Amino acid sequence: MKFEGRDVISIRDFSKEEILHILDVAEEMIPIAKGEKKSSLLNGYIMASLFFEPSTRTRLSFEAAMKRLGGGVIGFAQPGTTSMQKGETLADTIRTAESYCDVIVMRHPQEGSARMAAQFASVPVINGGDGAGHHPTQCLLDLFTIRREKGNIEGNTVALLGDLKYGRTVHSLAYALALFGVDMIFISPKELQMPKEVVEECREMGANIEVKNRIEDLGNVDVLYVTRIQRERFPDPGEYKKVAGSYRIDMDILKKAKEDMIIMHPLPRVDEISPEVDETKNAVYFKQTFNGVPVRMALLALVLGVVK
Amino acid sequence: MKELKVQPIKNGTVIDHITPGNALKVLKILGITEKYADSVISIAMNVVGKRGVKDIVKVENREIDPKEVNKIALIAPNATINIIRNYEVVEKYKVSIPDEIVGIVKCANPNCISNGKEPIETKFIVKSRNPLRIKCYYCEREAEDIASQII
Repeated sequence: MKFEGRDVISIRDFSKEEILHILDVAEEMIPIAKGEKKSSLLNGYIMASLFFEPSTRTRLSFEAAMKRLGGGVIGFAQPGTTSMQKGETLADTIRTAESYCDVIVMRHPQEGSARMAAQFASVPVINGGDGAGHHPTQCLLDLFTIRREKGNIEGNTVALLGDLKYGRTVHSLAYALALFGVDMIFISPKELQMPKEVVEECREMGANIEVKNRIEDLGNVDVLYVTRIQRERFPDPGEYKKVAGSYRIDMDILKKAKEDMIIMHPLPRVDEISPEVDETKNAVYFKQTFNGVPVRMALLALVLGVVK
Repeated sequence: MKELKVQPIKNGTVIDHITPGNALKVLKILGITEKYADSVISIAMNVVGKRGVKDIVKVENREIDPKEVNKIALIAPNATINIIRNYEVVEKYKVSIPDEIVGIVKCANPNCISNGKEPIETKFIVKSRNPLRIKCYYCEREAEDIASQII
């Protein structure tokens, strides 16, 4: 298992053992992430944070992760302030950035941009989301949250709910959960169903998969992973309202679920979880947001070779 | 070469067993129209051979590089290449699909980085050969109609 110098582009680039190692390192980072313990682990290292697209959680948690470990951060959150505005290619922007830093974290609206950036950079590139492509650090923090809340990743039944068609991050998560042999229920409107090839691949990997169009019985679900139903996917706003309304998680639905079922959401949410659910012990989405920090600390320390 | 209905050639390359209707695409992929201005090119389409209907392309006085030729496997997976010297077939082989297809197929995803102004060539990874399935190295989308995406 070698992490030093490695790019983090897709969760598929990592084996189950490697994923577990990242989560173990993240576990050790928790007191530092909370600010309870000071660290100078990445003292003298610089992370370039190149955000060509808006982000709240990914960018802030990466920057917090680097700073909590004593490292420095350079970068931008609006491409309008860079030479890209003058027509510079992404390849040249990357070649410039890499000469100022030790690791690059990047979000870009085009699919495959992170893979290409890694080709041009000699320092490790961590993908913070490439269009509708991958978001591996989200996937890792989701797995980390499940393990922390349920004690284990294996042995749970996970329901993925919402827009399962367009969200490639949900596809990556389904793949990663299948890697751990987790049984899954895919619940979505017909128009937003999980692509067939993802369902087939998860089954081939040995996971039991159920596909549903409605929230019926959540009685055997341990983890309910809710995603946003995107308004822009529906040409008719009336149709959107109807569909979105039928996938709203509220107290009535919770009453029929297991007492210790956890509810996760990558955020931002719109209407899919009723605010009254926030106060229940089932809601872990804000803890999930925090978990982004230790997981990203672990990745930074590993790819920089400071932690083995 | 007796099975061929068209005139034998003295020296050059005969591409046989091309999927019917694809002879012109084969020429296009090989860039033969531009690069081979001094060669005589013969095309036969919908020829009935022993193994059914096929297209044939003959390029006189040129021996096509096997690497170049493998590109045509994308649209004519059963094609065979015959290198002819002095009316004799001196080499005969089937096309084969390389593991990576670089700079030949365009990604159909308009939002793929390979369709931007970046200094990169398109690149596809071969997932399976029969049936042929290829996936963009960058955005990982599978190509659906490969023939129509050839650059």
